[in-house]
Amino acid sequence: MHAVVLLKQILDWELPPRKFRIDQETKRPPDGLAPALLGPFEQNALELAIQLKETGVVERVTALLAGPPGAADALRKALAVRCDDAVHIVVEAPDLHDPSQTAELLLAAIRRLEPPELVLAGRQAGDWDHGQVGHLVAERLRWPVLGLVWQVERIDGRLLAWRSGVYGSEQFAVRLPAVMTVTSHSSLRLRMGNVMDLMAANRKPITTWTPEELGLGPEELAAAGRLELADVWVPEVERHCELIEAEDPAEAVAALLDRLEELKLLKRPA
Amino acid sequence: MIIAATWESGGLGQAGREVLGAAVRLGAALGDDVAFAALGMAAVDAAAEAGGCGAARAFALEGDYAASGAEGAIASLAELARELEARAVLLAADEQGGEIGPRLAERLSGTAVTHATSVEVADGRLLWTRPVFGGKAFAAVTAHVEPVVATLRRGAFSSAEAMGGAAAVETRQVPVTDGAVELIGSEEPQSGVALEDAAVIVAGGGGLGSGEAFAELEELAGLLGGAVGASLVAVDSGWAAPERQVGLTGKVVSPDLYFAIGISGASQHLAGIGGAKAVVAVNTDPDAPIFNTAKLGVVMDWKKFVPVLIEELRRAAP
Repeated sequence: MHAVVLLKQILDWELPPRKFRIDQETKRPPDGLAPALLGPFEQNALELAIQLKETGVVERVTALLAGPPGAADALRKALAVRCDDAVHIVVEAPDLHDPSQTAELLLAAIRRLEPPELVLAGRQAGDWDHGQVGHLVAERLRWPVLGLVWQVERIDGRLLAWRSGVYGSEQFAVRLPAVMTVTSHSSLRLRMGNVMDLMAANRKPITTWTPEELGLGPEELAAAGRLELADVWVPEVERHCELIEAEDPAEAVAALLDRLEELKLLKRPA
Repeated sequence: MIIAATWESGGLGQAGREVLGAAVRLGAALGDDVAFAALGMAAVDAAAEAGGCGAARAFALEGDYAASGAEGAIASLAELARELEARAVLLAADEQGGEIGPRLAERLSGTAVTHATSVEVADGRLLWTRPVFGGKAFAAVTAHVEPVVATLRRGAFSSAEAMGGAAAVETRQVPVTDGAVELIGSEEPQSGVALEDAAVIVAGGGGLGSGEAFAELEELAGLLGGAVGASLVAVDSGWAAPERQVGLTGKVVSPDLYFAIGISGASQHLAGIGGAKAVVAVNTDPDAPIFNTAKLGVVMDWKKFVPVLIEELRRAAP
């Protein structure tokens, strides 16, 4: 089985809020604000793809990414953990906000690859946080899709998947071909490639396509647009925290419970 | 027509009331009527109640919509949206809404807007606000094509209120799907108070350092009549179950009192607790961002503080 994992590089999501800024001109964080990294849920999706290769559910994994030239770093990372192939749709800045346009680009590339039976995506990209691309790719391929998956096994020609549901975990059998979006889980922390794999990854070719080569010039891409970004802003944060001053835990507990009672947030039995 | 849809298990619950409230206000702003659609076991009860809270039409979509993942729900809502020529379909932004929203929009040749926190009508167009960059910023977006299928963040929209009146409940069957996605099993809903409905939440983060530490939070939550929550770090470390996660990619909660124990306060976590009336933070780092959101703070190692708090509450308990 051939699996395609959809990747994206985003601004370092651990950048503290007080350092985060938006350039009003581009409606995006200014260039160079923080390094771009492979997104957290994309890391989980990549790890799941590699695990499925190890357990023999999947034979070949292709990492596919749409993004600026620098995003090739994420594909090197994917090759270093033993993805078989890497494909880069080179999109010049600014990054795409509209999930419909992103899905259209990824779809055009998927249709050019050896037909996959499984497409894995992160549950949402940690920049625009839409959580739509995997679902849109599935709908446009007319494939079934399951979201928030964190474990997959093979079961009589179908895949058995565990996902996070409203009340807890749920198990579904999914017919192939299918799309799954992957959520974070303790079992899906992306491994580190070893030095040999990293060196090998640097020698492997990355296939690059431009949107035009995929039949998606500026006009076609604009026609695929659904969502317009009108404004982006960083909310003001004012600190109003009242710190409990105390010498020891007993004093701190007593002072906290007193304040909670005064503020009518907690009733203590007399 | 604006459609508000819900899939709560026990009739019209808090999530359904908020989605309906948003639909009623949006309908008033656009001069559109509101239809309410309930999926699942108690659909008829929920639909009947919605009729008294501003819905002009009420639908009970009966059948096991969950057996096919989201497919049954999407198919039945798509049919209803076409029939009613819906301009917008509003859903809760939970694990089910995230599955339905984008695909329903695609089938209606419309646009999905996920995790919306507000909507206003500007020059006849809908302007939606939603968190981006893990909650560090907000974006305002408009759709090029309608209908819009929006998932609404819990606690961001005020509930529909009873305004008298009633709507006859129209019953429809959720269509049988092709079985491409088939439910095999699921965990029973946990007993006790749900995180979203809890008045008190005791949540732990990376600072706890182990899964065993959560047993202490369980005890503290028990003494306060509350529920236990966790940060993404704690869940990813395997210390707490995924359904305990509070934040942008977990549950969005609105308790009266939220204890953040050993939680640094990443934006993505704070995005889940904006509705809390008061946050009490316990953390060794006085510069931790959690103190920017907290009303009361204790700069102390939780290992020293929590056992004494438990002891004190136990002593005071009747």
